[in-house]
Amino acid sequence: MTAEAALAEAAAADAARAAGKAGALTGVPLAHKDIFCTEGVLTTCGSKMLSNFVSPYDATVVSGLRRSGTVMLGKLNMDEFAMGSSNETSYFGPVRNPWNPAMVPGGSSGGSAAAVAARIVPAATATDTGGSIRQPAALCGVTGIKPTYGRVSRYGMIAFASSLDQAGLITVSAEDAALLLGPMSGFDPKDSTSVESPVPDYTRTLGDSLEGMTIGIVKEFFDKGLDAECESRIRDAMRVYEKLGAKFREVSCPNLPLSVPTYYVVAPAECSSNLARFDGVRFGYRCESPKNLTDLYMRSRGEGFGAEVKRRIMTGTYVLSAGYYDAYYLKAQRVRQLISADFARAFGEVDLLLGPTSPTPAFAIGAKCDDPITMYLNDIYTIGANLAGLPGMSLPCGFVGGLPVGLQLIGPHFSEARMLNAAHRYQLETDWHLQVPAAFA
Amino acid sequence: MEWETVIGLEIHAQLATRSKIFSGSATAYGAAPNTQANLVDLGYPGVLPVLNAEAVRMAVRFGLSIGARIAPRSVFARKNYFYPDLPKGYQISQYELPIVAEGSIDIVLDDGTRKRVGITRAHLEEDAGKSLHEGLPGHSGIDLNRAGTPLIEIVSEPDLRSAKEAVAYMKKIHTLVRYLEICDGNMQEGSFRCDANVSVRPKGQEKFGTRAEIKNLNSFRFVEKAINYEIERQIELIESGGKVVQETRLYDPDKGETRSMRSKEEANDYRYFPDPDLLPVVLEDELIEKVRASLPELPDEKAARFVRDYGLPEYDAGVLTASREFGAYYEDVVARVGSEPKLCANWVMGDLAAFLNKDGLEIGESKVDATALAGLVTRIVDNTISGKIAKDVFEAMWASGESADAIIEQKGLRQITDTGAIEKAIDDVMAKNPGQLADYRSGKDKLFGFFVGQVMKATGGKANPAQLNDLLKKKLAG
Repeated sequence: MTAEAALAEAAAADAARAAGKAGALTGVPLAHKDIFCTEGVLTTCGSKMLSNFVSPYDATVVSGLRRSGTVMLGKLNMDEFAMGSSNETSYFGPVRNPWNPAMVPGGSSGGSAAAVAARIVPAATATDTGGSIRQPAALCGVTGIKPTYGRVSRYGMIAFASSLDQAGLITVSAEDAALLLGPMSGFDPKDSTSVESPVPDYTRTLGDSLEGMTIGIVKEFFDKGLDAECESRIRDAMRVYEKLGAKFREVSCPNLPLSVPTYYVVAPAECSSNLARFDGVRFGYRCESPKNLTDLYMRSRGEGFGAEVKRRIMTGTYVLSAGYYDAYYLKAQRVRQLISADFARAFGEVDLLLGPTSPTPAFAIGAKCDDPITMYLNDIYTIGANLAGLPGMSLPCGFVGGLPVGLQLIGPHFSEARMLNAAHRYQLETDWHLQVPAAFA
Repeated sequence: MEWETVIGLEIHAQLATRSKIFSGSATAYGAAPNTQANLVDLGYPGVLPVLNAEAVRMAVRFGLSIGARIAPRSVFARKNYFYPDLPKGYQISQYELPIVAEGSIDIVLDDGTRKRVGITRAHLEEDAGKSLHEGLPGHSGIDLNRAGTPLIEIVSEPDLRSAKEAVAYMKKIHTLVRYLEICDGNMQEGSFRCDANVSVRPKGQEKFGTRAEIKNLNSFRFVEKAINYEIERQIELIESGGKVVQETRLYDPDKGETRSMRSKEEANDYRYFPDPDLLPVVLEDELIEKVRASLPELPDEKAARFVRDYGLPEYDAGVLTASREFGAYYEDVVARVGSEPKLCANWVMGDLAAFLNKDGLEIGESKVDATALAGLVTRIVDNTISGKIAKDVFEAMWASGESADAIIEQKGLRQITDTGAIEKAIDDVMAKNPGQLADYRSGKDKLFGFFVGQVMKATGGKANPAQLNDLLKKKLAG
């Protein structure tokens, strides 16, 4: 919580409103995933390593949303360095699912999804490297959008896997997301991978007809790993789209089943390098009385990072090592291109892809902690969009056993407007996104 | 056994950009520690690198000047290792796809022959910071002002066969980067330094010997000494039955020896991979041609022109084109004198260079500028003073900053060209030295020099030497 600053910003918003200078977002409260640097405020990334880190600057996302008049209420818990699918790897303890506190909220943006599901804030920023916005949005029954890679600046967003990381939003509705995405987006001279392409007004196309739209059903998404009940909610959603005038076509992305192993080479490789800067020398956690330099490095990192982060740093170090680089890293990059090509081919035939966000609803806290592979498979439907840099969304589309189920949309590069409209039209027909957990109603 | 040395150099030249290669911090040398390091240089969480376009243009300038291939697409990679002066835990460099590849440069060997040295590649990278140990007992300080300074690393083929060749090559590159104005070449400040890969093999053997890499040599003298020491060491080692191991060595200038820093086994696995924060550098032909059009006259071109236009020997042309400023000074002198380019060259390479050297000055700081030196040479050409007197005048000019004419006037150094005056002086000397005159006339030709000396002494050295010679010969003959 950043109460004082929030009150000051709220007062400023009130003043702007009184002066007739309020914009659409003036005074809208939100909170940031603790991966975004916020000037003068602790920015921990869910890690002991940064448990004492007060950022000296604002991330571009943070300053963009501030300029639009929103009020920051505080920072949100997350998996440590965004590595996790259950928000159990946070140094500050797990986040619980508002629909059932025994269950995980998903991750890594578990704090963002839970806060919006519990209506603590109407919207929260989040980041998605392999599904970290869409999967928790699905598990918490809220709307999540991961924009195209390069649409939103990564400057000030603590890097996990630079070629996959993308900032986005978790909101109650697609309409809210359309309002907030604009001020976050656009080219940033401080991020060479942000794209110089104009940002449309995402609200302008909301409500456009879906008549004649072709939606692709990716065969590979409906595999044996998908919970039957979840699948039936997705089929329900397809019927809504049919009613709205969309047509369906089955498409195949044959390399998509390789996305999890590909991701778990590329992401750890990048993370092993990105996290090298946390060495106890200039900022963050430093071990007590180091004996020498090696001791400083080993104990600061050994004590400052949690198990999952270490696992990925070690995996990443391994796949980049001499003698293994070609077999792992290079091969993964080739498969990544094949996956991108699969999507590109699909988008030659269809306007959007539709499928499940996650194979199952939320699982119990602790259930998958000791089995990283099962945990990793949670992102099987979301990782493809990251590998190909495509925008994706998750929308609430029903419940199974009292827990929300998420419907995923994936679009071609820079099709956020089309995707947001398709989501909005669905939400005009349904009220899944308006359901609030009993404890927070 | 006869041994052959094989040397390859990796030269690091700091590019003379105003700001760093991936951040907006200044690159100026000598600021208080850590005052020129922003959040990007410090590797703070969340920051990202943005490539400095000027550094790219400078690398292209270099590549074009060595006839290299400029890569239409080059890629930045991360070189991963832990060190306190490396804030991010990786150095951004270029690995598989460097911006410049396959160039060459010619050096002139001692016997005057030219030798072509291949340049495998040149790539852009960021410099690291510095660890400071002095005055911090029990601690190490870190100064990150240098972190992120752009470097171009120039990697030669193993074409060099002696320490002298290595120095000649390094000097040639040093000259070139200063001509191109892409590096200030200041070796004391570390703007220009090199690592030397040295190995030996029996003469005639094709296979290379095992090499040792000597790190961080920052003067031409150290390069020569370190390589020569290393050659000796390796030969002695092999001849006494030992084996050279692949390792990194450091040169200790105080002891004049190299010593092991780390072995191949201890070497880092740098785990290079393309930096996902930076896009590939894509260079359009148009940009490359624009850079080509902006290139200055290069040292070899200039030297060839000096030989052609001024009739200078190749050696002189080489010396005079060692720096752009030196060449410009020379051309300024020649233009002002309007004749005698070889005489002008002798003065610039001789007295001027010696005085600059003595006072440790650069040509731009010379106490005698090109106009003043041209004034002096003009007085030699028009016979106002002799070349010998001119040396004294030059010394006086250097000390006082006055023009040649002023000094000639003040000191009455104007040469005596009046035949009558010289004849009179000769007559006086002959009259005063009848014994020597008789000896000369009886065949002691060597005494001619004695008479020249006496007349010069009598005229205060001002007699025109050629006239004196002629007149004296006639008079002495009787």
